Amino acid sequence: MTKNLRVKSSEYIDETNRISFKFNGKTYHGFKGDTLASALLANNVHLVGRSFKYHRPRGIMTSGSEEPNAIVQINPGTNRTEPNVRATEVEIYEGLEASSQNCWPSVEFDIGGINNFLSPFLPAGFYYKTFMWPASFWEKYEFFIRHSAGLGKSPTSSDPDIYDHRNVHCDVLVIGAGISGILAAKNAAKNNFKTLLVDEKNELGGSTIYENNEFNKIDNITSSEWLKKEIEEIKGIKNLEIKTRTSVAAYHQYNYLLARENLTDHLETNDKTNKIRQRLLKIRAKKVILATGALERPLIFNNNDRPGIMLSSAVKKYSEFYGVACGSKNVFFANNDSAYESALSLYNKGINVDAIIDIRDQSESKIVKKVEEAGIKIYWSHTIVDTAGYKRLKSVSIMKLSNDGTSVTGSKISISCDCLGVAGGWTPAVHLYTQSGSKLKFDEEKQIFLPNQNTSNQISVGSCSGDFKIDQIIKNLNQKLKDTLNIKETDLDNIKVEIDQENSKRNIWLLPSDKHLGKTKPFVDYQNDATAKDIKLALREGFRSIEHVKRYTTTGMGTDQGKLGNMHALGIIADTAGVKMGELGTTTFRPPYTPLTFGTIVGRNVGKFFDIFRRTPMNDWHIENKAEFENVGQWKRAWYYPINGETMHQAVQRESKAARESAGILDASTLGKIDIQGSDASEFLNRVYTNAWSKLAIGKCRYGLMLNEDGMVYDDGVTTRLGENHYIMTTTTGGAANVLGKLEDYLQTEWPELDVYLTSVTDHYATASLCGPNSKKILKKIIPDLDLSDENFPHMTFKEANIGHIQCRIMRISFTGEHSYEINVQASYGKDLWEKCMEAGQEFNITPYGTETMHLLRAEKGFIIVGQDTDGTMTPIDLQMDWIVSKKKYDFIGKRSLYRSDTMREDRKQLVGLLTDDPNIVLEEGAQIVSELNKSPIEMLGHVTSSYFSPNLNKSIALAVVRGGKDMMGKKLFVPMENRNINVTVANPVFYDSTNERLNA
Amino acid sequence: MFLINCPYCGERDQQEFKAGGEAHIERPKQPTELSDDEWAEYLFMRKNIKGVQFERWNHAHGCRKWFNMVRDTSNDEIKAIYKMGEKPPSQ
Repeated sequence: MTKNLRVKSSEYIDETNRISFKFNGKTYHGFKGDTLASALLANNVHLVGRSFKYHRPRGIMTSGSEEPNAIVQINPGTNRTEPNVRATEVEIYEGLEASSQNCWPSVEFDIGGINNFLSPFLPAGFYYKTFMWPASFWEKYEFFIRHSAGLGKSPTSSDPDIYDHRNVHCDVLVIGAGISGILAAKNAAKNNFKTLLVDEKNELGGSTIYENNEFNKIDNITSSEWLKKEIEEIKGIKNLEIKTRTSVAAYHQYNYLLARENLTDHLETNDKTNKIRQRLLKIRAKKVILATGALERPLIFNNNDRPGIMLSSAVKKYSEFYGVACGSKNVFFANNDSAYESALSLYNKGINVDAIIDIRDQSESKIVKKVEEAGIKIYWSHTIVDTAGYKRLKSVSIMKLSNDGTSVTGSKISISCDCLGVAGGWTPAVHLYTQSGSKLKFDEEKQIFLPNQNTSNQISVGSCSGDFKIDQIIKNLNQKLKDTLNIKETDLDNIKVEIDQENSKRNIWLLPSDKHLGKTKPFVDYQNDATAKDIKLALREGFRSIEHVKRYTTTGMGTDQGKLGNMHALGIIADTAGVKMGELGTTTFRPPYTPLTFGTIVGRNVGKFFDIFRRTPMNDWHIENKAEFENVGQWKRAWYYPINGETMHQAVQRESKAARESAGILDASTLGKIDIQGSDASEFLNRVYTNAWSKLAIGKCRYGLMLNEDGMVYDDGVTTRLGENHYIMTTTTGGAANVLGKLEDYLQTEWPELDVYLTSVTDHYATASLCGPNSKKILKKIIPDLDLSDENFPHMTFKEANIGHIQCRIMRISFTGEHSYEINVQASYGKDLWEKCMEAGQEFNITPYGTETMHLLRAEKGFIIVGQDTDGTMTPIDLQMDWIVSKKKYDFIGKRSLYRSDTMREDRKQLVGLLTDDPNIVLEEGAQIVSELNKSPIEMLGHVTSSYFSPNLNKSIALAVVRGGKDMMGKKLFVPMENRNINVTVANPVFYDSTNERLNA
Repeated sequence: MFLINCPYCGERDQQEFKAGGEAHIERPKQPTELSDDEWAEYLFMRKNIKGVQFERWNHAHGCRKWFNMVRDTSNDEIKAIYKMGEKPPSQ
């Protein structure tokens, strides 16, 4: 049955370049310039897929991005495979493979086709209604529904292609390179506007370019010939950039648009390698000219979905542009003159046209006369009441339409045909226009939604603004260009346009059949199998809002977003509910206009570029010494250093003991560091920390707790006074950026009178924290001339010193409870410093420890970690840190909130220590804490925030927040787990060295 | 995606900025004098207007300056931008 339907050479098809490709495993041939759809049609293949719900055979319906049916899987089984690709947009290349979707075992014989016969039992909302009960069964239902739902298959291995993002700035962006877009771009660029012209197709010229209509003439030649000359001209204009295969996906506010530029999809597989496949253009345009054209509407009649039923404009494009006859017995079905243009186009190419069925009672236009002269039979005032043919259209049945258009009369005539071109009028493509936030209005006469209120600097020109005739298009375009570009003359002023087109149209949203509606299948949304019947059912069931009807019936929710049928859905709702279309409004058009691949969306931000990460200057040393890393904010921090195959637990136990018994070293470079200078620096610290700062002597360090205005702990850290007006503040690793932001906010907005300057110096310094009883000896070896005596350099003080020529800032501060020093050097010396410490510490068995050991050591001391032991609901009082809240200071951030009735409640959750009765059981962090086990429901008192096995105490320890915990010291509580209840006792959160002897040792 | 005219840097893409909530809510100078209700009014109560709204914005990935914006939340039209401390434009 394979036959070649290539009828006449086309200048857009290179017949010297024959291309073979596979569809559903079978090899076909096409030519360079073909789309998958045109090549299949040339091979007389109409059946390309199955519909979503009823698995009805479906064919190619359109020639563009609005295609609802011909969606295929490209290169199945490869890592480049892509589902849901419109065959009408795929340019064929040697070796291309494609297959049908949504059918099993094959598109020719699909088991799911049984749904078509069950369709009376599968009304709108079938799944919602049927799988509701019993609720507990949903998981079981879902398993099966998921298997039968979904279109296409995603690739199972990673995408080999490269994707890119680019920012583009232009004065004028023109979307659509049809006649309006070409002329708009030309005039903008010639008037010195930096102009970008984009079109989703690979050829410029839109539909005018293959029009070949002898009645449409510009300057005495056909509009298509004239446009070709214009296109040649604009290719040479500087200021004008033209991007084809570029589809605008989204039009956001302030003329910010996203477009996908397709660079390699049309190339052979070998030529795709190492090239950018698709580029996302992030366009910021001063002005946007929308020339997005119009989409032809189908007509809604019984069984209007069979393979072979197409849009009349598509039939014309396949014949004129691709040189392909879509059928050998062609019939058209029309409510306006467009079908006559298509019929004539076919006739002129020697393709057989048997009849035109027109629901109007007449038309006076020349083109209709011409069709009559060609001997093509026209059935005026007739409508199609049914069609026949399962996998390919075989015939249509027509009947006379009543005057009011709601019923049919007379006898049925059957016309045999294998292709039906349907012309239901034109819908302006206003999708992008409305995405921008602009508003539409309904034109009752033309029965279309038109641009009305622009919100950004934009205009709509050509058929997307409701101008369908070339003379009208050029006249209005000319004026709009002058207005928007503020120019006096254009080269459109003097062109002569002759046309013969009639706008006469008879609009009937749902055409009647001789059968009852309930027995018919007039599809409105082809992809999702929503019929006019479903929409009416939704209305009967009480749905009124168009948005609700859409979701209930799934009309317009396919990958095509209802580009073809949405208007009919609105029309049917309006007619049925007796409201005006304009009052009903449209559903929201959301981005993307056509689907984007994930690759395009993420661009280069994949793999290691998925998120930024930061490394300390000592990072290479950690890697060389086999550290395991953990992410802390954006930082990669050394977590623990396993040796000889240790587990994390074993490593951490060893590191923790070493730090307490001899010496440990931690890379603390990630702590946030903010340099604070200015004559009001002390006053500023007084206002942002809970404790007092004015009296802190130069060279001293102090721990500070920072609250939010709501009184909750926000951050903590040690701040050192370097000079009279100079401090260095440290913050938590994860909180650094937010703390700086908060401090800047207060300085700029609440206290602009303060003379304070903040500089983030986190990355400028590398920090090694040397800790343990031997830390002093090690530091002495490194800096022999620094007096480390407790008199000269006591706990919580600061010294400047040199290690060779490296300047250091050394703070004797401790987060472990051990005698320790934090040595800060310029970042570039970080690794050097670290290696010096390791070398000097060798005789003391200095042990590098990671964040896990740090957490364990501080937990032994009961030091909190903001964000682990606090969660934005803990006040300093809740943390039993009343000592740090100044009673004398008049004000500081969060002070007033500490006296709110809620923050003063006695039964707030408070930080306590927890000891398990069995010292070997380590609680799970996050585990719930209760006081009674036999009550139901059990009241939750709190949860475990930190929990470790302490090698230094040889028992399990935990910090927890417990309601009223302050007064529960010694109380027995329970931590119920899945398989057992753990008995715990509330304890002092300082488990180790509660008198701080080791700090000062 | 807004195009925001930072009063210090000029027009920049929205992704360089951080929104900071309602503008012109001054931190009380004497918080301790306030009743719980008065403090709560400052601390928690914010308007969420459909229409013209006064907002704080920060050029976080730029000059890091805070400034004020008048925005119509119903269509995201930015009606005015002015520096901290400056008087809001009269409506």
